[in-house]
Amino acid sequence: MLPPAEFVHWMFATGFLLLGLCLLARAVVGDEVWRRRAWRAYFWPSLLFLMGLLMWPVMVFFTNSTVHMLAHGSWAQVMMLAGAAELGLVRGKLHNRYWRLTMPLAFIVSGAAILIHEQNGWFFARSAFLHHVIGWTMVVCAIFPLAAVFRPRSTVFRTGFALTFVVLGVMLYCDRDVAPVFGHLSSQVGPPHR
Amino acid sequence: MNTQLVSERVAVRGRSARAWTIAALGPATMLGGVVWAFLQPYRVTLLHPHGQGFWWLVIEPPLLVVLAGIAFAFLVAPGVIDDLEAEDGR
Repeated sequence: MLPPAEFVHWMFATGFLLLGLCLLARAVVGDEVWRRRAWRAYFWPSLLFLMGLLMWPVMVFFTNSTVHMLAHGSWAQVMMLAGAAELGLVRGKLHNRYWRLTMPLAFIVSGAAILIHEQNGWFFARSAFLHHVIGWTMVVCAIFPLAAVFRPRSTVFRTGFALTFVVLGVMLYCDRDVAPVFGHLSSQVGPPHR
Repeated sequence: MNTQLVSERVAVRGRSARAWTIAALGPATMLGGVVWAFLQPYRVTLLHPHGQGFWWLVIEPPLLVVLAGIAFAFLVAPGVIDDLEAEDGR
């Protein structure tokens, strides 16, 4: 009854899309308005923490190799760490703004893990292409949460941060089983499934 | 004209634009899902459900996008807009 891997990608894509929409709204209205209702202040860090938590069953049930297990495990850890740090800051348990560095750390670690665990070239198949694109997107877009640590009120950095999650969601939705990318599909993959 | 009134009017217009942006996020997401369903109807398994398994019938990406838009539009956006307008009214 386990879902095929692409369904897991699509479920996480929905989580990222919702996360991106919330962060975009927060960037538009600012922290003061966004935190006027307590549940809203906790919502997006909790969602991030939950998605990190859900990466553990992904690690357990979708482990094709050691490198897959390490990649999924590292995503789980850094997503939970970033979500928990943000929850601590919102709750007032943590005070130092440098706890927010856990977010660019999560981006860098996740991006590196997704690049390292993809063993095939860019045009091997659509999933390989998306792994490369997602990995580099995360590494490059780490600049947004990193800059936001030092310029927390910057609309540009906050919007860029939010849109990164929306773009990640779109890319995860594009993931398919065995499908060509721009007309390319390696003969080693086998026939396209759907 | 009193410059204070002019600056207040500009500020109110700016805040309204923010409220409109929040209100538009959910419907824009829903619209994105609907457009996607028209562009790639084969990804909406409900349109051809015979012989499809559980996951293919439950997890359909364009519908998930619409659902995310609905969740944001009805659960998150109204409260944000209320708070934004309350803030503007101060």
